[in-house]
Amino acid sequence: MKRIAGAGWLTLLYKELLRFWKVSFQTILAPVLTALLYLLIFSHVLASNVSVFGGRVSYTAFLVPGLVMMSVLQNAFANTSSSLMQSKMNGNLIFILLPPLSPLELFAAYVLGAMVRGLVVGAGVFAVTLFFAPSLLFLPHPVWALAFALLGSAILGTLGLVAAIWAEKFDQISAFQNFIIMPATFLSGVFYSIHSLPSFWLALSRFNPFFYMIDGFRFGFFGLSDVPPATSLAVVATCALLLSLLTLALLKSGWKLRH
Amino acid sequence: MPAAVEVVNVARRFGSVQALAGIDLTVAEGEFFGLLGPNGAGKTTLISVLAGLTRADTGTARILGHDVTTDYRRARRCLGVVPQELVFDPFFTVRETLEIQSGYFGIRDNGAWIDEILHHLDLVAKADANMRSLSGGMKRRVLVGQALVHKPPVIVLDEPTAGVDVELRQSLWAFIRKLNRDGHTIILTTHYLEEAEALCGRIAMLKAGRVVALDTTQNLLSRSAVLTARITADRVPAAWQPRVLKRDGRVFVLGLDRYSDLESLLAALRTEGIAIETLALEETDLEQVFLRIMATSGPPAGASEAAR
Repeated sequence: MKRIAGAGWLTLLYKELLRFWKVSFQTILAPVLTALLYLLIFSHVLASNVSVFGGRVSYTAFLVPGLVMMSVLQNAFANTSSSLMQSKMNGNLIFILLPPLSPLELFAAYVLGAMVRGLVVGAGVFAVTLFFAPSLLFLPHPVWALAFALLGSAILGTLGLVAAIWAEKFDQISAFQNFIIMPATFLSGVFYSIHSLPSFWLALSRFNPFFYMIDGFRFGFFGLSDVPPATSLAVVATCALLLSLLTLALLKSGWKLRH
Repeated sequence: MPAAVEVVNVARRFGSVQALAGIDLTVAEGEFFGLLGPNGAGKTTLISVLAGLTRADTGTARILGHDVTTDYRRARRCLGVVPQELVFDPFFTVRETLEIQSGYFGIRDNGAWIDEILHHLDLVAKADANMRSLSGGMKRRVLVGQALVHKPPVIVLDEPTAGVDVELRQSLWAFIRKLNRDGHTIILTTHYLEEAEALCGRIAMLKAGRVVALDTTQNLLSRSAVLTARITADRVPAAWQPRVLKRDGRVFVLGLDRYSDLESLLAALRTEGIAIETLALEETDLEQVFLRIMATSGPPAGASEAAR
């Protein structure tokens, strides 16, 4: 028996990974298949009608990073929200509340678990969609792409945590997912360049943080983007920071977790 | 040397319900301590405050001298809690559950102790079974195991034997007794008063968020009525009304201080012309002490009657 001070959160991270790994059919393969279907249908229907980045990039190639990032974001959100919500509903959250884990440790374990799930699914989507756009393998700015994937998954993992802390039934989690996360991702330029939008929607897109995550991520693949990547990085990093501080404050207050 | 558990003036309100109304309690190291009271008396809320699951509105609670909010890391490391609800994580096996729980406390390579826990709780055969496949009694045992993985010096069991069969209850108590002999402080809540009587050295009785009795089990048994008389009749003599501990239809349980009280009871019955159909005398046990204290202390009995 060996006691390592402050190592408890690593076990929580391990538990979070083991949880989704044990049901990987549902948590990894299913979203990869969904993204593949999107690619097949949208690229088949739209490839000859849509021109992106002034025709310098094929629509199918344009779509791949969008779908990869969408999968990263949605799965990061799904991981924290369903894990914490299930623990709350089953009552086994008590196993995490009784040990000496600090709010920061809870936060780090849950969010890192969500990031790993998001990145694993994203890598899976990338691997299967690469078949349709092989040239994407040699992305010119991998560090940019990785930075946005990391920050984006962290933000969505944190949002999932907030949603599950707040929600009192599964219904509310799906409302959060269907009425906030889904519209925000779909309307962020996964399937199109915002420059193809009417001016009102173009202006509105600039208030959607998801747009910056996907646009910045796509820059990593093409060296082209709707706004400069440094601007996107600043917006996304600021969102990540503010949201993390809010979530830490929630965890510290014990709101809805420690009565 | 700090007390195992020290609770000073702890109060907690949930909406309009005053779950804890200023509790003071000290449990010394090595004690086997009982926490008794009817449903809603505040037992589980008090345990939640000790475990950091609920925050007290006022007052302080310390585990082995560590404040449960300001020094929560050390306090929680000293405490093992068996929750009342039968909860489990359906993703994992019994052994995984125990290993993960150790890990949360920063403990690695805990295999030897986990094996010992599995052995004492008779779970060896189920070590690699998924939690979902276990019976209720088995799940309860895993909960006990989870509370013990970090070898906490203070162990709190919140109704650990509810819904557990007799055989397991015996082996569970044998294990808990051994832990107590090995120096662990045990705090127990239970509905089975004979269990508390047999196990606990000292007992606190809670009612409506207050401690209404706190003494050694011996003193509680001896200071209260020596005897109770259980009679079946239409009513009891007017002078004996205050001594009714419990009433169930036409069955009255009356507290007697000594055998000679029986004569005056019979005299009063005769004087008032009350016919009795049955009469039974019982030596005091903890249940009667409990009933008497609950009937005579704290807010009027009507309050708890209305809550039923």
